[in-house]
Amino acid sequence: MMVAQIQPNSGAHVGANRTISQIMVRVMMALTPATIFGLWCFGWPAVFMFLSTAGSAVAFEAFCMLLKGRAVKPAIMDGSALLTGWLLAITLPPWAPWWLGVSGSALAIILGKHVYGGLGQNLFNPAMLGRVALLISFPVEMTTWANVSPLFFSYSPGFFESLHIFLSGIPNPDAYTGATALGYIKTEFSQNRTLPDILNNYSGFLHFIGWTRGSLGETSTLLLGLGGIWLIRQNIIQWHIPISMFLSVIVLSGIFHLADSQHYVSPLVHLNSGAMICVAFFIATDYVTSPNTPTGQLVFGAGCGLLIFVIRTWGAFPEGAGFAVLLMNAATPLIDHYIRPRIYGRDRKGKPLPLPKNEA
Amino acid sequence: MYVLSAILSLTILGLLLGFLLGIAAKYFKVESSPIVDELEALMPGSQCGQCGYPGCRPAAEALADGKAPATVCPPGGSVLAEKIALLLNLDLDLSDIAEPELLVARVSEETCTGCTRCFKVCPTDAIVGAPKQIHAVIAKACVGCKQCTTVCPTECLQMHPIDVTLDTWRWSKPTVTEVGRAVC
Amino acid sequence: MLSLFKKPIIRGGVHAEQHKAITADYPIVKDFPLPKILYVPLQQHVGKPAEALVKVGDKVLKGQLLAFSQGMISAPVHAPSSGTIVDINDYPAPHPSALPIRMVVLETDGMDKWIATKSVENPFQLTPEEISLKVGEAGIVGLGGATFPTAVKLNMGRENKIDTLIINGAECEPYLSCDDRLMQESAEQIIDGIRLMLHGIETQHAVVAIEDNKPVAFAAMQTAAKDFPEINVIQIPTRYPMGWDRQLIRYITGREVPVGCRSSQIGVTIHNIGTAYATHKAIRHGQALVSRVVTVSGGAVGRPMNVEVPLGTLISELFEFCQVDNSNTARIIMGGPMMGDFLPHTGLPTVKATSAVLALTQGELKSNEEQPCIRCASCVSVCPAGLRPMDMANNIRANQIDTAVDIGLKDCISCGCCSYICPSNIPLVQYFKFATGELSARQKAQIKSEESKRLMEERNARLERIAKQREIDKAAAKLEEERLKAEQEKESTTV
Repeated sequence: MMVAQIQPNSGAHVGANRTISQIMVRVMMALTPATIFGLWCFGWPAVFMFLSTAGSAVAFEAFCMLLKGRAVKPAIMDGSALLTGWLLAITLPPWAPWWLGVSGSALAIILGKHVYGGLGQNLFNPAMLGRVALLISFPVEMTTWANVSPLFFSYSPGFFESLHIFLSGIPNPDAYTGATALGYIKTEFSQNRTLPDILNNYSGFLHFIGWTRGSLGETSTLLLGLGGIWLIRQNIIQWHIPISMFLSVIVLSGIFHLADSQHYVSPLVHLNSGAMICVAFFIATDYVTSPNTPTGQLVFGAGCGLLIFVIRTWGAFPEGAGFAVLLMNAATPLIDHYIRPRIYGRDRKGKPLPLPKNEA
Repeated sequence: MYVLSAILSLTILGLLLGFLLGIAAKYFKVESSPIVDELEALMPGSQCGQCGYPGCRPAAEALADGKAPATVCPPGGSVLAEKIALLLNLDLDLSDIAEPELLVARVSEETCTGCTRCFKVCPTDAIVGAPKQIHAVIAKACVGCKQCTTVCPTECLQMHPIDVTLDTWRWSKPTVTEVGRAVC
Repeated sequence: MLSLFKKPIIRGGVHAEQHKAITADYPIVKDFPLPKILYVPLQQHVGKPAEALVKVGDKVLKGQLLAFSQGMISAPVHAPSSGTIVDINDYPAPHPSALPIRMVVLETDGMDKWIATKSVENPFQLTPEEISLKVGEAGIVGLGGATFPTAVKLNMGRENKIDTLIINGAECEPYLSCDDRLMQESAEQIIDGIRLMLHGIETQHAVVAIEDNKPVAFAAMQTAAKDFPEINVIQIPTRYPMGWDRQLIRYITGREVPVGCRSSQIGVTIHNIGTAYATHKAIRHGQALVSRVVTVSGGAVGRPMNVEVPLGTLISELFEFCQVDNSNTARIIMGGPMMGDFLPHTGLPTVKATSAVLALTQGELKSNEEQPCIRCASCVSVCPAGLRPMDMANNIRANQIDTAVDIGLKDCISCGCCSYICPSNIPLVQYFKFATGELSARQKAQIKSEESKRLMEERNARLERIAKQREIDKAAAKLEEERLKAEQEKESTTV
């Protein structure tokens, strides 16, 4: 007779062995190509900003765990804080000063996550909460977009010049910065210009590969899209949110663009600019803050798409992805409350199915 | 002038609504339910006194007056506490009440003198016996009120935990071994 | 084209690692050495325990009745070998708690001599009622693990005029291959058993469903069934829990069993491969269910195999025969690794429900380092019953069992998919089992409290009655006294 274990363990003695940290690492792997491309495109200031933002996110996580009196190491090792910092960094302007990234991380980790009770408890996506809080608090710094100035190019700032930019801001903004496509369109509309006129220099291809001004890692539709598709293939995220989000944006902007192509941007430009792809694959699909049934996810994605279109078209901000996700995050508990899977043998309301009449 | 008319109209409105409320309060008055009876019906009714009140009825009265917490009744456990909280609309923190350990009295046959005192106090007639005969406890009927143990002159009545059988064995609640839970 | 629209639905489920090849490719081992002592529990089925018929010291033959079934839902127990009854007492049950239940202890004499059995020449001339009766007498229960008495199920099938008999050959649990081997080696006997069952429930149509990871068994069964058009052998996708009866019913017939109903109420009944084989043996050869094929597998097993053992064999003997490395065994499981029961030690007997005994190493087990739920909803997407395991577990963790019931706790089949997939290693199924136990404990407490209240009221009424009686008596005595006094006074005055 041998005693194996005193405490009885219940079913599913075996497991799929996919841990939280593995999931987080996969998401980071999917983000890597776009991030590396962004870092290369925007040079040393972007590298400093990325490292300080991601690093400070981990530091704030450790700080919060210490305050809670919990073990720090496992919380850091699950990778969720690093991913939050990473996501925040790639949605910030690439030449943002150090304090912007660090305070963004503090907002994301402390206000966006631990105030709610830590991992899995937060109502809003921490990275988007941090980004939106920064956008409202520091509108100038958050809309100062560096020109593409790749590493090791003659016209790009050198290492020490970059350090200066990182620590004390851009010395002469006019030489180094400009507007993003969406921002440009918005300001030019206010000058009463029409769309074909505004967009005569617009290159869809450059936006597609990411050779354009924009947030650090959000510029490359191609690389982000590939990363997102890989995540779906890896079964880390489901297709429902991105697809319904794209569809709702395409349908809405398509209708308006067909009706009035002078004043409404085409679906292609919508998909190809700003935070659209990044948000669709990496932010809106955040497990904690999105609905947990496929139908609910479709509703959630469609809602995000609708809000993005509305804010971009009629709102005060040129880009609305962050706001859209946060608003839909707030609606997630409601969606989960109303959209539930049907239980076997019951109808949608939870009543037992009627017994079919005996045909025999 | 405008100020005057505003004050006037609001005053009239206030009076009117107040009057309506008064009428409603008088005519649609809800008869208060005999809450004490309802509470007493929920309680075990063994009058065991473990709550510190002389019986179930006094405990129910104390509950209704708000003098006792929903967790007043130890034999009732969390089930009863939940029901009481629901009835009285109280907030309930279940984490601080211990589930009652279910005990039953058992007679030790060596020391029982057959004095009959115990079965006279048993509220559920769970003890059987006759004078000068060894008594026995019917475990199924015993509510664990411990009244018999206090009157037994030879201390032959002792409380014992109920034996777990295959029928009554339950899975325990998973203990949280969350890695982050332990203090570094 | 229509079939495209009526495509059967499989909801939820997981693709668990199979681990079947280590046992499925080798024949069933039949030379298991007869144990010296067999421990035969009197309850190896759902329902009431059987009532022992034999006494200590009795000599019995193999297949002789040890205990008869009691009540509507019950099954008899037979001697797994010949020998002497040495004890009838409480011994640890093959259950996670290993609490004692009543067992008959049989010391075998090594002869393994069968009691005289009657073979039936043409069982199709028996009436359906006689088939059920014989199946019941042989002690056959659902051998897939549910252990519901088969005879009762046959009777229900006949009463409900069912149109389809489904034979469950899915065997979707990882590691298990006893049904697979049985189909490969005894396809003809199984098909015969199915035909007998069809006769017993007066039904014309049977579907044998085999997961498509068992092509050899499928081919064997198809060959055996080719002369019988009423038996349709089909392949189903490999996906746990395909063998959940209700999933299988929906997949094959498109019908869904309403909550609170039995499958026979919608015209379907479902039996296991092993049960069909046991039915064949019971009807054709008159042999009671006294042995079964058990898969012994897992990382700690030196010689993994399918082996036919007499019921009541201690797991320790089984493990010795299969060269289990005890020091390497992290957990012993009876049944499959998804739904099987943890066993605390090996001093427990094999029973009718024992489809497998696994000795798993630490490396094969799921980690139990629990992390916070990240609401990834994997559990929601794999749940075949359409529940939201994470919400249920959260409620149970906060002691809100009633809320958990409201969102579907009672519809949980504890298939283990949610625990299997959970990236945070949350023991979801244990939460549900705990809550279910808690519910039934509450129910029992409620019944007891009502009963005590009744007892108390009766006692109070009695005390009142006695008090009243005493008063009446006292009054009567007083009257009597007064009367006597009066009489005395009268006497005295008269004197």
